[in-house]
Amino acid sequence: MPWLTLTTFLPLAGVVVLLAVPRIADRSARLVALGTAVATFALSVGILVGFDASEGGFQMVEEAAWVDSLNFRYVMGVDGISLFMVLLTTFLMPLAVLASWKVEHRVRAFMAAMLVLETAILGTFLALDLLLFFLFFEAILFPMYLIIGGWGYERRVYAAVKFFLYTMLGSAFLFVGILFLYFRAGTELGQATFDLRELVGLSLPAVTARWLFLAFFVAFAVKVPLFPLHTWLPDAHVEAPTAGSVILAGVLLKVGAYGLIRFNLSLFPEASTYFADAISILALIGIVYGGIVALIQTDVKRLVAYSSVSHLGFVVLGTFAFNQQAVSGGVLQMLNHGLSTGALFLLVGMVYERTHTRDLGKLGGLGRVTPVLAGTFLVVALSSLGLPGLNNFVGEFLVILGAFTANRLFGAIAAVGIVLAAIYLLWSYQRMMHGATPPEHEGHRDLSARERLVLAPIIAVIVLIGVFPRPFLDRIDPTVERSTRVVRDAGAATAAVSHGASP
Amino acid sequence: MVAAAETAVNGEAGTTALAWIVTVLPLVSFFLIVLFGKRLPGGGAWIGIVAVGAGLVMSLVVLSHFIGGGEATELSEDWFRVGDLRFELGQYVDGLTAVMLVVVTTVSLCVQVYSLGYMRGDARFTWFYAVISLFTGSMLNVVIANNLLQLLVGWELMGVCSYLLIGHWWEEKENSDSAIKAFITTRIGDVPFLFGIFVLIVATGTANIPEITGAIGGGAISRGLLTAGALLLFGGAIGKSAQFPLHVWLPDAMAGPTPVSALIHAATMVAAGVYLVGRMFSVFVNADPWVLTFVAAIGATTMLIAALLAMIQDDIKRVLAYSTVSQLAYMVAGLSLGPAGYTAGLFHLFTHAFFKALLFLGSGSVIHAVHSNNMSEMGGLRRPMPVTFWTFLIGSAALSGIPPLAGFWSKDEIISTAFHEQHYIVWGIALVTAVITAFYMARAVLLTFFGEYRGHGHPHESPATITGPLVVLAGLSVVVGFLNATAFDVTLFSEWVHFGEGEHLPFNYGFAAISVVGALAGIAVGYRLYARWRERDPLRRLGPAYTLLERKYFLDDVYLRGVVRPIQYRASAAVNWSNRFILDGIVHTFAWTARQFSRLVEVVDRRVVDRGVNTAAGLTGFTGGILRYIQSGNVQRYAVFLFVGVILLAIGISIRA
Repeated sequence: MPWLTLTTFLPLAGVVVLLAVPRIADRSARLVALGTAVATFALSVGILVGFDASEGGFQMVEEAAWVDSLNFRYVMGVDGISLFMVLLTTFLMPLAVLASWKVEHRVRAFMAAMLVLETAILGTFLALDLLLFFLFFEAILFPMYLIIGGWGYERRVYAAVKFFLYTMLGSAFLFVGILFLYFRAGTELGQATFDLRELVGLSLPAVTARWLFLAFFVAFAVKVPLFPLHTWLPDAHVEAPTAGSVILAGVLLKVGAYGLIRFNLSLFPEASTYFADAISILALIGIVYGGIVALIQTDVKRLVAYSSVSHLGFVVLGTFAFNQQAVSGGVLQMLNHGLSTGALFLLVGMVYERTHTRDLGKLGGLGRVTPVLAGTFLVVALSSLGLPGLNNFVGEFLVILGAFTANRLFGAIAAVGIVLAAIYLLWSYQRMMHGATPPEHEGHRDLSARERLVLAPIIAVIVLIGVFPRPFLDRIDPTVERSTRVVRDAGAATAAVSHGASP
Repeated sequence: MVAAAETAVNGEAGTTALAWIVTVLPLVSFFLIVLFGKRLPGGGAWIGIVAVGAGLVMSLVVLSHFIGGGEATELSEDWFRVGDLRFELGQYVDGLTAVMLVVVTTVSLCVQVYSLGYMRGDARFTWFYAVISLFTGSMLNVVIANNLLQLLVGWELMGVCSYLLIGHWWEEKENSDSAIKAFITTRIGDVPFLFGIFVLIVATGTANIPEITGAIGGGAISRGLLTAGALLLFGGAIGKSAQFPLHVWLPDAMAGPTPVSALIHAATMVAAGVYLVGRMFSVFVNADPWVLTFVAAIGATTMLIAALLAMIQDDIKRVLAYSTVSQLAYMVAGLSLGPAGYTAGLFHLFTHAFFKALLFLGSGSVIHAVHSNNMSEMGGLRRPMPVTFWTFLIGSAALSGIPPLAGFWSKDEIISTAFHEQHYIVWGIALVTAVITAFYMARAVLLTFFGEYRGHGHPHESPATITGPLVVLAGLSVVVGFLNATAFDVTLFSEWVHFGEGEHLPFNYGFAAISVVGALAGIAVGYRLYARWRERDPLRRLGPAYTLLERKYFLDDVYLRGVVRPIQYRASAAVNWSNRFILDGIVHTFAWTARQFSRLVEVVDRRVVDRGVNTAAGLTGFTGGILRYIQSGNVQRYAVFLFVGVILLAIGISIRA
């Protein structure tokens, strides 16, 4: 059974239903979306079951010809890295839909946009053909733009446009790079192709590879986002509706990090080592800078957004350390960040729905009024600051260990990020939940059954990964071993050459 | 967890196989209490008590393995693997582990029974018991860990538990502030600890403690790396065990309920730092010798400055808090003497746990009765609270080093070892500190229990759940010293806990006499000054020196003004500014320029298009698209232009390539 294709396109079936039924009731529209998202998750579990943990390469590959004359092909496949990105997407999507139950305005369009978004994201993670990948990658933009611009807060249009422009800018470079590879394959391999598995075999001149690396890099760095290309993120997050923030932080940012590992490292290994230090430094700046900026925020949503800049810095730092601890830890962190930050945005949304403010100065004492909300918030905040037994600890430990192994100084600077995380998270928690309760916040309802249903699965997985990281790492590690070996070999070769040149 | 794949390294696991169950029990009880506690009678407190009680019994069984000289044992199972690194969950049980298991479970049991009375009616009673269980389990995990990652797990979990418990009454912002301060300060210490672990992992390719120790013994690690590793690990110990200059969090940690203070100060948290140094001692011993000198310097400094601070406190818990800092410094100083001081330092960790838990719980009993922490509002309590009084007196005498109570044996052993090892400065400071210790405890006892009652209401003796643990701990404070009563040739403790051959100093009556005379002198001065209540503390006559102590050597001010405020306000403001005005400024300037430019281009564009001369190739389309888009907000049109432009551009480049 073509699990990958089915999983990817099932959400579109939901969209068809939503659009085909005229004047569908809001409630039915929600149920259709939720049902589709849950079914998609169920299908993706099928991928997990069929996945062979010992195999590091692509599995369950599905191929079809598309435009024969130009050799455009439909190729989907999964490995240990994309597996968890797919699962993260299908896992968060039903929760995001459920969290959007209170969206009253043009429900059908909203739900349709969410489902289109899901297909686009899943395709991005599974496509092995660069053109196909690019189409999915671009397709993410439109529903996301609509969700922010259509259902966001006050400055949504500014935020949506900024988001769109930034990412479009990156895509332009990416597309040039992809086309270049396509034609290059035509001259070098005898047939032009977008197939990643064949393109890795290209032998590009070093300088060309570096330019191409940069073209890909800019596109993904915007998405991550890597300092200094991050300024779209806080605006997009603050203005997006809750579900938008959840998907944006939970999944979309991972597309950037995923792209770096999947394409930059495997297509341009030598260029990756060439730029590694520079990129690591940007990642480190992001870690520290994001943490410090988060400290001063008074809007809690903006604070969480900046914490993402810091956390994603760890992922990129790990990726460009090239050793297995760092990269596997980085991949695990992609998953963890999606869960923890996704949950943080859900919780911030729930706080906002009650208090109608995100201003830390106006909140306080909610721990007494809404103890379950506060307790859940605390667990998630603790997971985000790397408490052992919860998901982020092992990943962060591995990333910093790997970074330290590669470069002592980089590792040491990264550690500043974990202290900063403790400060801004506990601080914001204190401002919201501790202290005396202002009179206007008396009498808020605690979490409803629906809200508990949204949060419970995430908390469960947060604990699961914290206590049993092994099933996850066992699947990630072989793929990472395979993906980084090329880079390490390239690095070793370069070192040998330069060593030989100047004995 | 560890049951399968048993790999007993040094010998048959025997009864030590129970150790991991001792650790898991409180962790299970944590989950049970969190999930079901509120629905159970008694708020689920008894789950925690039963779990730790059973743990205590098993710990004693584990300890029995070492009576008569059992070997250290190890059990483990994979936690996860990455690349060629394997991380385990496991247990390494030697005499030190076994002793610590007993200490932790004993103190935790006393604290939990005591809290039945002390915390009764608290709004978050069940939650309190849950966190106490987690705290206990985390410390036990530190104690049994056979590898550094697992040790770090317990270590960090304790940090969070202390945060939760210190901030237990978070309705008051001050308590919440203290909780954050404790967490952040210890986490700053955790960073060097983390890197200490990294250094050892990178050097040996494993996080397993016996393997690391073996590698060091085999000379596999260079001295430079060991020196770095030792210093970094010690950084973690400084934070956790509240040594100068990171001791500032501990007195503020008094914001938590008193039983929590007992737990933090006696058996968990602060003990972990000293334990870590003991557990990784071969790293310290094989590093450059100046590392131990540095450890000695930190120990000696902390010992004295904390004891001086304890002299002037009015809050009885703060007296005890500074006393803990000072006593931990004794242990650190003991360990800094090298293998000869190893047993002495850890013996003091052992005895101190009992009498310091006793003192904290005693002070809690008093606070419970008079509803104030301030000794100026106490006085004369020996009559209404006889049990509390007598047990507190025993604890104070033990802390002051009065023979034959527990503190005498352990402290005297440190002091005489210091002299024997020719660390005369450490010896001198330790002796002076011993005098000050006796003085401030005499002061505390006199102000609290003697004279006339100065508070409000009618204090009365606490209920049996509170006095019971006091009596038990008082009894232990009398007897545990005899485990290493060298005067009577009893050296059980050093048979369990020793480094290398475990050479043993013969008891020296001369040194013991000096220590005892010093302690008595301290008590005498205390009596002279505080036998009669004075509104104005006689120590105020010290003038500027008193002010220096009152302001805690201005350390908090230095941190606040030198570190916290600049980061909180200036640095983050600067960064925020750069973010808004430089980075976003560039984006906005770009957009603005583009908008201006687009007016120009649009004119050109319109004319070009109007004339039907469609020569505007890729680049024009590209820029025009963006620019017009910015003006009109027409996304689709922009996208089309973008794609056309890019594709033309790409084809152009590709053909040339």
